[in-house]
Amino acid sequence: MMYAAAAAGVVVTMLMALVRALIGPNIYNRILAVNVFGTLSVMLIAIYGFVDGRPEFLDLAIVYALINFIGTIAVTKYVTFNDMGHGDDGDPAGDI
Amino acid sequence: MNIEIITSDLLEVATLVIMGITGLAIARIRNLFAVVMLSGIYSLMGATLYVILDAVDVAFTEAAVGAGASTVLMIGTLALTSDRELATPNARTVKGIFVCTLIFAALVYGSFDMPLYGDPLAPVHQHVAPRYLGESMGEIGLPNVVTSVLASYRGYDTMGETFVIFTAAVGVITLIGRARRKKSGKDGGSGS
Repeated sequence: MMYAAAAAGVVVTMLMALVRALIGPNIYNRILAVNVFGTLSVMLIAIYGFVDGRPEFLDLAIVYALINFIGTIAVTKYVTFNDMGHGDDGDPAGDI
Repeated sequence: MNIEIITSDLLEVATLVIMGITGLAIARIRNLFAVVMLSGIYSLMGATLYVILDAVDVAFTEAAVGAGASTVLMIGTLALTSDRELATPNARTVKGIFVCTLIFAALVYGSFDMPLYGDPLAPVHQHVAPRYLGESMGEIGLPNVVTSVLASYRGYDTMGETFVIFTAAVGVITLIGRARRKKSGKDGGSGS
């Protein structure tokens, strides 16, 4: 029952993030909405694992969190440099 | 009906509703950056739906390819082109809706031939699945049957797939290359 309530809370929060992604007046609202959405789907998968009695889904949720991170990095790179092939400008750390 | 089944059914419905809203918004919004963001949300929701439907490996692929890689590729495309979509003439939109409705009807008609979801008598549950479910724990010893099938029963197939993907990655890296590190003036040109 508690897991069901938690899942309901996560779904309601997802809808709120979705509204922000839809009407978001500028780019930053939308980036944040997608980031929040990724985190919420990680939580939803984790909660669903406990609802279903298979907490092994936690591993999967962690991998989702990692994947979500890559997308956010790409988006912020695009917004900052307006270019995905941004060079390293002689920085010894390369394009990291 | 117990609370777990109701919860997962409601979660399926909620996931599909969110995917539907996102899909309609993708069709309506003209700002392509917002469309890329929304398609990321769509993929995340799709991956969640696959987890709820117990297709964990498909969910993994959807999250990696749909939410991860294709967002990066789409953002790269936006960097090379414009992020505004031109308005489509109404006549073409009507034709598009007509074709989509036709294909939707054909797909629904085709789905009548499929066995019901979870039907134990479906052909897919009659062939090799009982053997995998019943004996893979003794034969392979992994708790996840999908992993047993991918890594052991179809081990050569998976190895071949890995070779193909590795070869593709090597080809892409050879063609596109990596940004070369520029050496600072004094020993420039000695290596790359």
